[in-house]
Amino acid sequence: MTAMFGEPIARLEDDRLLRGNGAYLDDLGHDALAAAFVRSPHAHARVLGVDVADALDVDGLVAIYTYEDLPGRIAEPLPLLIPHPALTHGRTGYPLASDEVNYVGEPVVMVIARDRYLAEDAAERIMVDYEPLPAVVGVDAALAAEHLVHPDVPGNVAGHLVQSNGDAAAAIAAAPRTLELHLYIERSASTPLEGRGVLARWDTESRRLRIWTSTQTSTGVRAAVAAKLELDLADVDVITPDVGGGFGVKIVHPWPEEVLVPWAARLLRQPVKFTEDRIEHFVASAHERGQRHQVRVGFDDDGRLLGLDVRFWHDNGAYIPYGLIVPIITSTQLLGPYKPGAYRVEFSSLYTNTVIVTPYRGAGRPQGVFVMERTMDAIAAALGLDRTVVRERNFIQPDEMPYDQGLIFQDGRPLIYDSGDYPAVLARLKALAGWDGFEAERAAAAEQGRRLGIGLACYVEGTGVGPYEGAHVVVETSGKVKVATGLTTQGQGHQTVFAQIVADELGVPIGDIEVVTGDTRAFGYAVGTFASRAAVMSGSAVALAARAARAKAIRVAAAALEASPDDLEITGGIVQIKGDPESGIAIGTVAVLSNPLRYAFDEAAQAATQFAGGDIGKPPVADGDEPGIEGREYFSPLRSTFASGMHAVVVETDPLTAEIRIVRYCVVHDCGRLINPRIVEGQIHGGVAQGVGGALYERMAYDETGQLQNASFMDFLMPYVSEVPAGIEIDHLETPSPLNPLGIKGAGEAGVIPGAAVFAAAIEDAEGIAITSMPISPSDLFELRLSRRGDRAV
Amino acid sequence: MLASTGPDGKVLAGGQSLVPLLNMRLATPEHIVDINRLTELAYVSVADGQVMIGALARHAQVLADPVVAAAQPLIAQALRLVAHPVIRNRGTTVGSIVHADPSGEMTAVLALLGGTVLLASTGGERSVSAEDFFLGPLESDVRPDELATQVSLPVLGARAGCAFAEVSRRNGDYAVCGVAAMVELDGGGGISRARAAYLSVAGTPLIADLTEACGAGAGADLAAAGRLAMARVSPGSDIHATAAYRRHLAGVLTERALAGALAHAKGRSDG
Ligand SMILES: Cc1cc2nc3c(=O)[nH]c(=O)nc-3n(C[C@H](O)[C@H](O)[C@H](O)COP(=O)(O)OP(=O)(O)OC[C@H]3O[C@@H](n4cnc5c(N)ncnc54)[C@H](O)[C@@H]3O)c2cc1C
Repeated sequence: MTAMFGEPIARLEDDRLLRGNGAYLDDLGHDALAAAFVRSPHAHARVLGVDVADALDVDGLVAIYTYEDLPGRIAEPLPLLIPHPALTHGRTGYPLASDEVNYVGEPVVMVIARDRYLAEDAAERIMVDYEPLPAVVGVDAALAAEHLVHPDVPGNVAGHLVQSNGDAAAAIAAAPRTLELHLYIERSASTPLEGRGVLARWDTESRRLRIWTSTQTSTGVRAAVAAKLELDLADVDVITPDVGGGFGVKIVHPWPEEVLVPWAARLLRQPVKFTEDRIEHFVASAHERGQRHQVRVGFDDDGRLLGLDVRFWHDNGAYIPYGLIVPIITSTQLLGPYKPGAYRVEFSSLYTNTVIVTPYRGAGRPQGVFVMERTMDAIAAALGLDRTVVRERNFIQPDEMPYDQGLIFQDGRPLIYDSGDYPAVLARLKALAGWDGFEAERAAAAEQGRRLGIGLACYVEGTGVGPYEGAHVVVETSGKVKVATGLTTQGQGHQTVFAQIVADELGVPIGDIEVVTGDTRAFGYAVGTFASRAAVMSGSAVALAARAARAKAIRVAAAALEASPDDLEITGGIVQIKGDPESGIAIGTVAVLSNPLRYAFDEAAQAATQFAGGDIGKPPVADGDEPGIEGREYFSPLRSTFASGMHAVVVETDPLTAEIRIVRYCVVHDCGRLINPRIVEGQIHGGVAQGVGGALYERMAYDETGQLQNASFMDFLMPYVSEVPAGIEIDHLETPSPLNPLGIKGAGEAGVIPGAAVFAAAIEDAEGIAITSMPISPSDLFELRLSRRGDRAV
Repeated sequence: MLASTGPDGKVLAGGQSLVPLLNMRLATPEHIVDINRLTELAYVSVADGQVMIGALARHAQVLADPVVAAAQPLIAQALRLVAHPVIRNRGTTVGSIVHADPSGEMTAVLALLGGTVLLASTGGERSVSAEDFFLGPLESDVRPDELATQVSLPVLGARAGCAFAEVSRRNGDYAVCGVAAMVELDGGGGISRARAAYLSVAGTPLIADLTEACGAGAGADLAAAGRLAMARVSPGSDIHATAAYRRHLAGVLTERALAGALAHAKGRSDG
C-alpha cells in the first residue's frame, strides 16, 4: 500500500459539500422558533428604557427579553477569555445591554417568534430610548481620549505591554544610521461565507441541553454555556454542523446569542434558532487589523539591524473578550526571520465604540510583517541596496536553530523558533518570481507605457499553539475505523488529512476511515481551531491514537495467530505475518476477537464467545487491558512550532486611472512535512485571496459617529475571483519540526500574512511613492500621486 | 392590479435590486406585483430604426442578441459591464432603467441615445423621453400605477461609432465613474458630432456635448474633450473614491471612450 501521507489526494468532504449535501446551521432545526435582535443604532449611548408595547400584538410573537429578564450568571458580563497581567482594564459586554451600549449592533433586546420574519417585524416595533454619548472611533480618537468608552477606564487603555531583549534605545543611539517610520493598517474582517448561528434544544425528559453552533470551539462553548446556565458539563452537548468558514471570528465564545438562545430554549421548552444575517455579521460579530505603528530602527552601513524600537496602538473595539492576543502576536511575530539586534516593543490596546476584535486569519501578523518589511524596504532604499540583500544580511541562519528571540509568545512560552531555512526560502522565491530579471522586465513594459513594480515580504508564523488536543480511534467489527477529535472544522479539509494520517499509521484503506470533529459527544476534551493548529495538534494526537490502536490490534492478532507481535504488520486493513498475506485476518475480525463475548450477534462474532476456545487459565480481559481495538491519546507540545514563508508580487499600476493590477503572485512556503500538498496549496490560495482583499479592497468605513457605512457586500469590497491572481505560483520547502511526531507545522493562516506588506512594497516600487498605510485603493493612489509634487501622470 | 395597489404596490421584475431592498427592510411595500409570467414582454426586436426591449427581457438575453448588437452596439458594450452573469440572467434591462440608479450603465445609454420609455396604466399608455425620465437618484417618472412595458433606443447611424469605458472597484461592480461616448464622422473623417454620458458623477445621467472641444478635421483633440468633461462633472466623494479622483477619471475615460468610439466609427465606415 502506498503511503497516504504527502499525497495530494482530493478532499474526501468535497463530494458531499459540492453536491449541496452539506448541512450548515440554518439547514437544521426547521421546527425551531426564531430569534431576532434589537441592536443599538448608536455607537455610544445610555439605555434609558425599552418599550415593547407596540410589538406585543405581532402575530406569532412568543417572547421578548431585555436585560431585566436575565437571571443569575447570564446577567453578568460575558467571560474574559484570555486574562493577562498586562490587561489591567479588561471589559466585556453583557448578553443584552444593561444600561449602556458601546457599539452600533450591540444586542439590546431578544425577540422570539414563530419565524424570523415575524421576529423582525416585532423587533422593528420595539422602542428603545437612548441618550446618545460621544463616540470614540478609531485609534487616534481612542488615544486622544477626549472621550472615554468606559468611564472607569482611563485613557481608553485596556492593556499596555512592554517587552524587550537588550537595550534598544542605546543600540539605536549608537547606530551609524537610523530611520523612523509611521505605519497604519485599517480594519478588515474574517467575513466567512456563513455567518454565526446557533440552535438549541432542551430535552425535558433527560434534562439535557443540546446545542448546534457555527463555532471554532465546541468544547469552549460547552464550558461557557454550562457555566452561564448552571448546568453540569455532562448535561450539555455541543455539536458543530458543517461550518461555512470561520477565519477567527468564530473562536470568540460564547457570543451573546450562544448564551441567550440555549437559555430561551430551556425556558420555553422549545427549540430556538438564531441565524445571523450579513448586516449583523458586519456590525455585531468582530473585526481586526486596525493598528497605528511607530518604528525607530538603527542599522549599520551594510543594512544590518542594530536596534529596533516599535510602539503601536491597537484598536480593540468596545470590549476585549479575547484579551491582548492580537497585539501580543504583532509585537512578537513582527521580528519574522530576522535578528533585530536589541529590540523593544511597547503597545497599548485601546477601547473604541466599534465592534470587538477577534483574531482574524493571520491575527496581528499581517500588521507586524507590514511593519518589519516596510522597515527593511526603507533601509534598502536609504542605503541604495537591493531589498533582498538587506534581508539576507539579517536572516537567522539555519545553523542557529533553535533560535531564541528572547521574548514571550502568545502561548505564554518563550519565542523560540524550532527550525527553518530562510536563506533557502529566499533563494527559491527569487528564482520563482524572476527577481534578478525584473529590471529588464520593467524596462520592457515601460517601453509600452506600462508601469510595473515588484515587492517581497517575509514572515515567520508561530503555529500549533497548545495547550493540547486529543483523539480517539476505534476499529469497528466491520473493519471501518472511526476517528474523533474535539477541535472543529470550518472547511479546511481536516477529515481528509486526518484520514490520511490514520490510513498510514493503522494500515487501513482511507475509504474505511470516518472522521468526526467538533462534537462533544464524540470527544469531550479539546481546545479549538485557531492559530494554524489543527494539523499539528489534532493531527499529532490522531497519529498517536492510531498508533495505540495499531499496537492493540497487533497484540490481539498475535495471540490469535500464535505469532510474535514483532512479526506482524497491518496492510490494507489486514493483520498478517510480514510478507505472508495467506496468514492474514481482517482488522475487523481482530476487533471482534478483542472483545470477549457472551452473546454472538453474527457468524464472525461466534469466534469471540465463551465456548469458542481461548486460554481458560487467563481472565478473558487481561489485567490492565480493555475490550476493543481503540486508541485514545493526547498531544501537548512544549511550544509552538514556527512555519515561514516569503511572497513576491508584481503589480502594474495604470499611469492614468491608478488602477492596480496583479501581474503575478509567487509564494514559497515552509510548513514542515506536507500531509497533503493540495490542501496546503488550497489554504495558501485562500489566504492570498484574503491578503489581496486586505491590501487592495477591504476596509471598515466607520464615520466619526461610529456608523459602519459599508456593512454589506455591496460596499465592503471582498475580492471576487476576478480580483484574485489566477495562477498563484507556489513552491514548498519542507523543514521538519522537531516538536511533534509528524514533523509538521501549521499552514492555515500563512497565505494572508504578508499581503499588506508585499503589495505596499510592489506599489511603492512601481510608483516611487512611500506607501505607509494600507489598504490602498486606486482613489488613494491617485491622491498620493497628487500630493507628490511634479508627478508626470497627474 | 397596480391601479388597485397604488403607492403600496411594487413591480417585481428580475428582483436584483428590489429583493435586496426588501431583505434589508429598506423597502416594505404591502403588495408585490410579479410580472415574471408576462412572458409576452420578454422580447427584443429591431424595427423602424429602433431597438425595442420589452419589460421582461433579461440583461443576458439583450446582451446575446446579434440583431441588437448589430443595430446598436452601445447596448452590448454597456451590458457587458452590468454586474455578473448570474445577475444578468435575472435582472431586466427595463428594470435597471426604471430603477434609475445613477451608476447603472443602461441609464446612461438611454440618456445618450435619447431613447424613450413606454409606460402603461389602466388610464392608457404614454411615452416618456430620456430627458424627462430621470428625476433624481433612484427616481424615475414611473407612477405607482404604471408599468414600464418597453424601452426604445435608436439604432446607430451610418457614420457613427460608440464605446463604453468605466472604472469599477471590482469586476462587475457599479462604476466609480463610467463614460458612454458616441461620435459621428463627417465625410472627411473628422468629427461632426461627439457626445458622452456619465455614470456615477451626478444624480441622473449627465450628458456632455464634446463636439466643439474635439475640434473639426481629422486630428481630433480628445484631451481637450477630456478637460471639458472634467469641468462639466460635479461628482461627490464617498467611501470608494474622492470627488477629485472621479473628476480625474471623467477626463481620462472621456478620452478613452472617445478614442474607442472614433475607432469604431472609422471601422464601420471603412467596412
Ligand atoms: C451584485 C449586483 C451588482 C449589480 N451591478 C450592476 C451594475 O454594475 N450596473 C447596473 O446597471 N446594475 C447592476 N445591478 C442591478 C441589476 O442590473 C438589476 O437587475 C437592475 O438594476 C434592476 O432590474 P431588475 O429586473 O432586477 O428589477 P427589480 O429588482 O425587479 O426592480 C427594481 C425596481 O424597478 C421597479 N421595476 C422593475 N421593472 C419595472 C417595470 N417594468 N415597470 C415598473 N417598475 C419596474 C421595481 O418595482 C423596483 O422598484 C447589480 C445588481 C446586483 C445584485
